[in-house]
Amino acid sequence: MASIARRTTLSLLAGTALVIAAPVAAFEPERTECIAPANPGGGWDFTCRQVGKTLQDLDLIPGTMQVTNLSGGGGGVAFAQVVNKRNDDDNLVVAASTATATRLAQGAYPGNSMDQVRWLGTIGADYGVIAVAADSEYDDLPSLLDAMQEDPTSISVGGGSAVGGWDHLKVLIAAQESGIEDVRSVKYIAFPGGGEAVTQLLAGSLQAFSGDLSEAKGFVDSGDIKVLAVLSPERLEGEFSEFPTATEQGIEAIGANWRGFYAPGEMSDDAYNWWVDQLDTMYDTEEWKAVMETNGLAPLDLHGEEFEAFVNDSISQIETLSKEIGLIN
Amino acid sequence: MELLASLGDGFAIAISWQNLLYALLGCLLGTIMGALPGLGPSNGVAILIPLAFTLGLDATGALILLTSVYYGAMYGGRISSILLNIPGDEPAMMTCLDGYPMARKGQAGEALALSGIASFVGAFLSTCGLVLLAPQLVKVALLFGPAEYFALFALAFATLGGISAKNQAKSLFAAALGIMLAMIGVDTQTGVPRFTFGEVHLYDGIDFLVAIVGLFALSEVFIFLEHRGTEKDATTGPRMEIGRITPTWPMIQSCIPTMGRTSILGFISGVLPGAGASLGSFVSYSMEKKLVDRDGTFGTGDPRGVAAPETGNNAAAGGALVPMLALGVPGSGTTAVLLAVLLALNITPGPLLFQQNPDVVWGLIAALFIGNFMLLALNIPMVGLFTRVLMVPPRILMPIVAMISFVGIYGISGSSFDLMVMLIFGVAGWALRKLEVPLVPIILGTLLGNEMEVNFRRAVTIADGDYSVLISSPLTIVLWAIAIIGFIIPIFVSSTLRRKMKKDERDLTD
Repeated sequence: MASIARRTTLSLLAGTALVIAAPVAAFEPERTECIAPANPGGGWDFTCRQVGKTLQDLDLIPGTMQVTNLSGGGGGVAFAQVVNKRNDDDNLVVAASTATATRLAQGAYPGNSMDQVRWLGTIGADYGVIAVAADSEYDDLPSLLDAMQEDPTSISVGGGSAVGGWDHLKVLIAAQESGIEDVRSVKYIAFPGGGEAVTQLLAGSLQAFSGDLSEAKGFVDSGDIKVLAVLSPERLEGEFSEFPTATEQGIEAIGANWRGFYAPGEMSDDAYNWWVDQLDTMYDTEEWKAVMETNGLAPLDLHGEEFEAFVNDSISQIETLSKEIGLIN
Repeated sequence: MELLASLGDGFAIAISWQNLLYALLGCLLGTIMGALPGLGPSNGVAILIPLAFTLGLDATGALILLTSVYYGAMYGGRISSILLNIPGDEPAMMTCLDGYPMARKGQAGEALALSGIASFVGAFLSTCGLVLLAPQLVKVALLFGPAEYFALFALAFATLGGISAKNQAKSLFAAALGIMLAMIGVDTQTGVPRFTFGEVHLYDGIDFLVAIVGLFALSEVFIFLEHRGTEKDATTGPRMEIGRITPTWPMIQSCIPTMGRTSILGFISGVLPGAGASLGSFVSYSMEKKLVDRDGTFGTGDPRGVAAPETGNNAAAGGALVPMLALGVPGSGTTAVLLAVLLALNITPGPLLFQQNPDVVWGLIAALFIGNFMLLALNIPMVGLFTRVLMVPPRILMPIVAMISFVGIYGISGSSFDLMVMLIFGVAGWALRKLEVPLVPIILGTLLGNEMEVNFRRAVTIADGDYSVLISSPLTIVLWAIAIIGFIIPIFVSSTLRRKMKKDERDLTD
């Protein structure tokens, strides 16, 4: 009965084309667990809980996904724990994001590297934006970056990550693409979150803001800030379509804060494929589209090997950039 | 008028039997979580998020439940501060200073009831402030740049000497220790790990909660173990006397001006993102001590010393909702969690929230009023029940305290490393108590030191290394002036006071 019910739900919800990807019976977990490498309430915690809830609602996993919070070291504690103690656990997935890749690239998880785990897939992405206050003299990205090149001290950019974190790197990617050679001269001020940085932008302490689209949205709607560029490959859909991309302004900068999962390094191939399939199936459902819209996530659909290659590329890009700014040797 | 109409609509939404039930449930759970050491408002709310989602609540219902938990935890934090000298959460730390001495004097019931009333006044006035001033107050938050924040935190440190008057050098030492602890972890302004010794667990810095539970709760257990079976045993345990349950009218009356002033002060510190409830209760206490403590009774069980921090921290709880709702910027750890919930419920906090989701905002505000009355109604009759804790013999109570500490801390982070850190803090807290070093400035140093440093560096970086930016705006100059006056005056006043007191003592003994 259960399996019939499941297949019905699947075909009803997922649409006909996707039933081909129906679960292979080679692996069937008894229970599932998701480690959120942070305290309850943060982004990783929400990744685990939202995905866990959606998978359960769609009957893609048996029962409830258990969410375990294992915080510390910006995700490093959980990473080490998975590598050292749970390396062959078939029932476990761990929430990850661009921050995970950034820290791996910068060696901030001492002794750990990306090939110690298996990368499952993304569940969406939050594209980067570069914004200024509504009354700012800059109206497009090139003019802001030109001013930065002329006199780096005149532009303070704020963002919600630490120096060397993703919000910082996004500005540097754009600066580099526009021809600024010494990216170290770019003045970046770190804040605990994007909201604080926008507040300081409005207060006039900063001249520009680097963050995620979801952080900027509320302030754009209210007319307090203007988005100079969104760092996506092409214009986004719906209400975001009015924002110009950096690419169309001649600056080849792309920066997505992806959210997704990795799994233990010795997970069996059957289990790995099962998890990839479940995430893939979930990604294409209407339910997940609704969650993405609610949380301001833009489409980014990478699974299995494709995702592994993507993480690999982004780690080497971050590594190069971090060396250039002198963060790592 | 428009305001009243909106608020009326809000009440219409909030007063449905389900929403009232959620508010009641939230208040109860929140009070319990607040009272348990280790579980504060922020993790209380975070832990209950899955519950809100599982119940399938709509946005208003979920927010009502979670903000009731928030207010409930702010109320509950005081209970263990007063009864056991163990703060239930960070903002309740200041309540220990006079609350516990009151309990030792047999006034536990009065202290609990009074602090319940003080919490109510603070929360009520700040919710009124939220209704009337939220849009305008956003402008205040925009006046504060990094230089202003640095001056504000410097001001907080300048008044630190006010808390424990016994030995200024020791409180200075404790504050310095706290600031040192705050430096541990990856420095956000450079990305470089500091004092981590390559230990990845320390990269995020030391969690305040781990430090608080170790320093206060575990050290209490160690002190008990040390004195167990000795003559001191009888005196270290809490007294059996409970005394009156309700405070006398003169006692409440004497606290009214204090509650009024500290409501405003707490509310303002709540509105400033980053300052929050801990600063609210701390500044409230030290200001009241300066203003009304003519006989040096603060710290020995003065009711006003209980009313001040409790009003201050509950007022700050309401104030912190202003930047969260109007700017999408959390003013405290708890509002950061609430913000995440709002986003998950498809509500984008920010300047347009009041126009786009008036039902959510006004429903929430109405729920705050209702929750607040509910908490008062719950807390006053339950004072008698709470005080029963004092009847529990220490040999039973202390193992429970130890157990809750361990479970609470492990439950949040799932990390056994944090348990080790907590134990180290416990032993350190025990040693520091032996040396009569006050523990409160350590936590304040940790909480405020980091913010002070970071804002200093932000300000100077933005100004390209020009230090004059620190006194470049009128607001910074005002804050620095208050800081300097607040630092210098007590030095002269207290020396004259002390001389006078000594003279009085001599007169008495002669």
